[in-house]
Amino acid sequence: MMRLPRFRYLAPASVEEAVRLKADAGPAAMYVAGGTDLYPNMKRRHQTPAVVIALRGLRELKGVTANGGVTIGAGEILNDVAANPRIRAGYPALAHAVESISTPILRNMGTLGGNCLLDTRCTYYNQNYDWRKAIDFCMKRDGTICWVAPASPRCWAVQSSDSAPVLSAIGARVTLRSAKGERTIPAADLYKDDGIDYLTKDPDELLTAIHLPPAGAWRASYRKLRRRDAFDFPVLGVAAWARFNPDGTVADARVVLGGVGSHPIPIEAAAELLRGRRLEPELIREVADACFRPARPLDNTDFTLSWRKEMVRPFVTRTLGDLSARA
Amino acid sequence: MTRVVGTSRPKVDAHAKVTGQTLFADDLFLPRMLHCKILRATHPHARILSIDASRAMSLPGVKAVITGKDVPIRFGILPVSQDEEALCVEKVRFVGDPVVAVAAVEEEIAEAALDLIDVVYEPLRPVGSIEAALGIEQDGHGHGGHVLDAAAPRRPIHDYGDGVRLAAVAGGDGAGGDGVRLAAVAGGDGADGDGAGSGHPDIHKLIALEFGDVEAGFAEADGVREDVFFYQGSTHLPMEQHAALAQATPDGKLTVWTSSQTPHYVHRALARVLEMPPARIRVFATPNGGGFGGKSDPFSHEIVVAKLALLTGRPVKICLTRQEVFYCHRGRHPVLMWVKTGYRKDGGITGMHFRSWLDGGAYGSYGVASAYYTGALQTVTYHVPRYKFEGVRVFTNKPPCGPKRGHGTPQPRYALEVQLDKIAEELGLDPAEMRLRHLVPANSTTANWLRVGSMGLGECIRKVVEASGWKARFRKLPHGKGIGLACSSYLTGAGLPIYWNAMPHSGVIVKLDRGGGVAVLCGSVDIGQGSDSVLAYVVAEVLGIDPFDIRVHTGDTDLTPIDLGSYSSRVTLMTGKAALQAAERAREIVATSAAKKLEAPVERIVFAEGRVFDAQDPDRGLAFDEAVRLAEAENGTIACTGSYTPPRGAGRYRGAGVGPSPAYSYSAAVAEVEVDTETGIVTVPKVWIAHDVGKAINPLIAIGQVEGSVYMGLGEALMEEMDYRENRNVVHRQPSMLEYKSPTTHEMCDIETFLIEDPDPNGPFGAKECGQGPLLPIPPAVANAVYDAVGVRVDEVPLSPSRVLKALKSGEKRYGPERVPAMAWPEPIRVPTPWEGGNGEALPEGVGWGERGEKEAPLGGGAREAAAVPKRGRRPR
Amino acid sequence: MAEPLLQIDPRREDEKILLTLRVNGEDLPVAFATHETLLEVLREDLRLTGTKHGCELGECGTCTVLMDGRPVLSCLALALEAAGHEVTTVEGLAEGSRLHPLQEAFAELGAAQCGYCTPGILLAAKALLDSEPSPSRERIVAALAGNLCRCTGYLKIYEAVELAAERMRGVAA
Repeated sequence: MMRLPRFRYLAPASVEEAVRLKADAGPAAMYVAGGTDLYPNMKRRHQTPAVVIALRGLRELKGVTANGGVTIGAGEILNDVAANPRIRAGYPALAHAVESISTPILRNMGTLGGNCLLDTRCTYYNQNYDWRKAIDFCMKRDGTICWVAPASPRCWAVQSSDSAPVLSAIGARVTLRSAKGERTIPAADLYKDDGIDYLTKDPDELLTAIHLPPAGAWRASYRKLRRRDAFDFPVLGVAAWARFNPDGTVADARVVLGGVGSHPIPIEAAAELLRGRRLEPELIREVADACFRPARPLDNTDFTLSWRKEMVRPFVTRTLGDLSARA
Repeated sequence: MTRVVGTSRPKVDAHAKVTGQTLFADDLFLPRMLHCKILRATHPHARILSIDASRAMSLPGVKAVITGKDVPIRFGILPVSQDEEALCVEKVRFVGDPVVAVAAVEEEIAEAALDLIDVVYEPLRPVGSIEAALGIEQDGHGHGGHVLDAAAPRRPIHDYGDGVRLAAVAGGDGAGGDGVRLAAVAGGDGADGDGAGSGHPDIHKLIALEFGDVEAGFAEADGVREDVFFYQGSTHLPMEQHAALAQATPDGKLTVWTSSQTPHYVHRALARVLEMPPARIRVFATPNGGGFGGKSDPFSHEIVVAKLALLTGRPVKICLTRQEVFYCHRGRHPVLMWVKTGYRKDGGITGMHFRSWLDGGAYGSYGVASAYYTGALQTVTYHVPRYKFEGVRVFTNKPPCGPKRGHGTPQPRYALEVQLDKIAEELGLDPAEMRLRHLVPANSTTANWLRVGSMGLGECIRKVVEASGWKARFRKLPHGKGIGLACSSYLTGAGLPIYWNAMPHSGVIVKLDRGGGVAVLCGSVDIGQGSDSVLAYVVAEVLGIDPFDIRVHTGDTDLTPIDLGSYSSRVTLMTGKAALQAAERAREIVATSAAKKLEAPVERIVFAEGRVFDAQDPDRGLAFDEAVRLAEAENGTIACTGSYTPPRGAGRYRGAGVGPSPAYSYSAAVAEVEVDTETGIVTVPKVWIAHDVGKAINPLIAIGQVEGSVYMGLGEALMEEMDYRENRNVVHRQPSMLEYKSPTTHEMCDIETFLIEDPDPNGPFGAKECGQGPLLPIPPAVANAVYDAVGVRVDEVPLSPSRVLKALKSGEKRYGPERVPAMAWPEPIRVPTPWEGGNGEALPEGVGWGERGEKEAPLGGGAREAAAVPKRGRRPR
Repeated sequence: MAEPLLQIDPRREDEKILLTLRVNGEDLPVAFATHETLLEVLREDLRLTGTKHGCELGECGTCTVLMDGRPVLSCLALALEAAGHEVTTVEGLAEGSRLHPLQEAFAELGAAQCGYCTPGILLAAKALLDSEPSPSRERIVAALAGNLCRCTGYLKIYEAVELAAERMRGVAA
């Protein structure tokens, strides 16, 4: 039986108390919401917090409320997010992305906030302790080398959240709270291109809410590549968002790639290509080419890296096709 | 007419399973029970220089720590491969090899103790591939700044095997230096080129057999094809992790409960390693939460908990982690194959030459048998008049391969069925029609001396062709959609036991109670396939009672008579026959007493519906329990035995032990696929499968076995892979349920199953196997369907999207291995075929086909002009 | 300011906590350590071994139980977090000696081969039928996508769920 290491368990009664407990406990403490990411990692001794601050009881982190856009509590259970009529109607791309996370059972436990902050993954890292010992560990935990790219000074673990690329693409914002105060930033700014230090948020900051922009004036889509239609993390996720002018040309657009780098990769060139033009096959081909280059799949997920890279073009094409099909 | 046999009904253990009452090994708890954890090697190949467990011993709660010195005697499933150690003594051979075991009051403490054990290793160079084992260094491997342990000295993985033996024969410098030279291997016709490098120290087994002059077969062919295939390794992935519990008592007795398919072999291994009389050891096989061949070896953890129980005087349990289950492995061998087939214009085979290279992993396991199996069953489906087989199994520093569902035969079956599809395409023949024309006849003997009894493959093919709408759809579907057909055969139990003996393979005791209950005792194990139920059905049929009035007790080496185990699809036939005999003997006793009471001749006594009555006057009868009481009063306690020993095989040559079976099952499958040409992703919406089961004892269970086989075959065809990072200490790439891709509900196809009933005289009520054979046609049917859909050949399993896409983008419209290692094969054992007047024996060593004097024309042969048709087969580069 | 609901220090001698878990309709007081999962407490402390395990990492679905009627992975849930919730395991499916229609159907149609994944699948299926009395085949496939089975190929499981649904609708009508 894979067992958890021992830890102190704190169950605060409010967000305010949670962030205070975190501030008091310092780096030895970690927040846990659904536990579907942290607990397996703890069982494999990736993370061994002395203190776990449990968020699941906090009502403040629950709920889906309309306020022009929609605000989703970070502690909202994934299946509830995907099933929410308001989200299904206004944000089908997000609902689809959330529904594609792992399995229906795991989605009864995991939270949207937890998925946003999902630890980066790597086939050299997400293994039991003795397996990792056999390769002399890696720099993400207990070692010094990144086995994916041994000459590289950085860690190349992969951003594997399905919600992150979509939230980045549709311009969602997230609220972060700590004992020092609260701030709201674009979801896209939450992520950093580093496999170890993959979040811009301070470790003490608690993700409390995800704010979706008003629905209606834009369209978005998400497509996920993986081996099986359950359990598996994305080895490529393409999120696309576009706002259209009355004449049918693209007013603004964003394309974000997940699963092919340590952060959701925004493809600026794609947005530039799309603006002011119609979503026609020739343009979609150009955008797919623009996305192909910055995608950096490495040999640390399922499938071969060359095939994953090759899949960027058809997946971007299809995702953009979804936008035009609904135009 | 049968009343129980042939009807669909719940399994006798179904209610326990749906209520969670079935006790699997890890569900057992005993008072004062300790928990065991095993420290495993973190090097793929290394000498153990020292082990210091003193810190672990002093951890509160730790009760015992043992190392290889405590259990130094080697064991293994095959007498010829006693190469495993319960805990490694001098060296470790793969990442995951067991080294130290701890027993503690809590599993958590045992695990914490592992961190306190210091093992010092001297790394040796790991061998990560077939090529490396044959001394062929590949580009990109074996050097480079970050290849762990690569600079370490090269040493043979084992001190035995054909490689080591042949090197000794050659009088070379033995196991010293930088490898072992192998010069004594006789030059076969494949010895062109440089041979396989400087040494072959890691060859475990070399096989060369020839049945008839295969070159003569090619000479009379209209065409000859050569193809190269690779079939990736995969594992069983039973949902239940292996677990074992041992208890030693002061009277010197040891009891072990274990999730094993083969309690008898575990019993033998325990006695051997622990140096205890077998009479003092009792092994219970707990119901297996899935086996598929993965729990058929005696395992180190079973011996370790037994030793710890003996040392501590307390019960000791271990439940392996999922990663450790991957390390146990014994799964499908990765096999590289080369097959050369001569064929006539009508698709008939004139000769076949098959070569296989098996990556065996670190230990022998069933590997010698596996290697033979890659060459054994090519001959039992379509007539192969001349046949040559050469095979080699090598040791590598990976978890050991062994028997997985279909043991050694899905790989060659893939090669054969895909190649036949190519031949049909070349000849412009319908592949279904072509196969139907050349079936092996029922009640015949094959070139390699396998005796085929009932043979329902023709009916299987006709059934799936009809049901799938084959004729209207083959080569007629739109681009991207396709259907493909493949067939197969599998044995119903191996003809020989694992260790040579003349005793029965199966034994059953049937005991009748005064209350009308019947107890059936048998050493077999239910691994989910329903073998307990089959025992109950067979006995219920004979005694005319309800199967639920029967209590089945299995897998207890103290109380149940021998059964060799739930492997090689042997249980229904062998325990079924033993149960039939025991039940008939019991019936005879009861019938004799009843006949007297009913004043009717014993031949007229019928057992049915819980009654024993006169066939001519059914109202004249007794309740079953009443009849039992009468018989017991007359004869004393009624307990009858039955046993079964398979018929002797026809082959008399070395190697003839692998392949013979009392009966062969047959399957034909049509797979429908959709191929996304932009991504290479293959989906399989539907499979039609017909399986010649001889006679279904319970059609519901039989169909369940077929469906489960299709599932596992589909996983192998599309996604399941056991592979390793050769350049990172040969660590396993997929040691978790997440990374090892077992199809979910979403990937599973729809299945239409047809059971073909062509009763076999050797089976109980005519029954043959159904738990393994139906897996075999699935991968080749999918590959052939992919060709139908998009015109590319994927000569490699699994047909992963990247491989399919590479095939689509390649000039040759093919993906697969390009070459096989050039190597010197030994002089084959030459065995004349039945139609050449052979008697099953080999020619004397060194005698070639031309030197035999008289030479007869092969069946269906005759003079043909070989040059008339250009040979379009490609020779692998 | 409210005190934390629970603050447990494993370094203290009284490292185990005594809680009452409501399992299969019964209140069961049980002492366990903070870091123990629901799976561990059910199997090892309460000896409800009907709940099985296949990976303990959330990768197979074998350990599925219901928490307030929703299927969850007991290997990734802390036992202490189950306090105050209604836990249902396979042992709680039958009513007295009467099997749940799903259990009947699984037995009848051969949906349990080795039976090891069966408890988890039964519970996932129960949650489905409790919320959707007439699920389509597609819905069943989706609802059971988180439960691996190596024996059956799932088809007999779908058929059993459909049969049970039909019978449960008949009873309800």
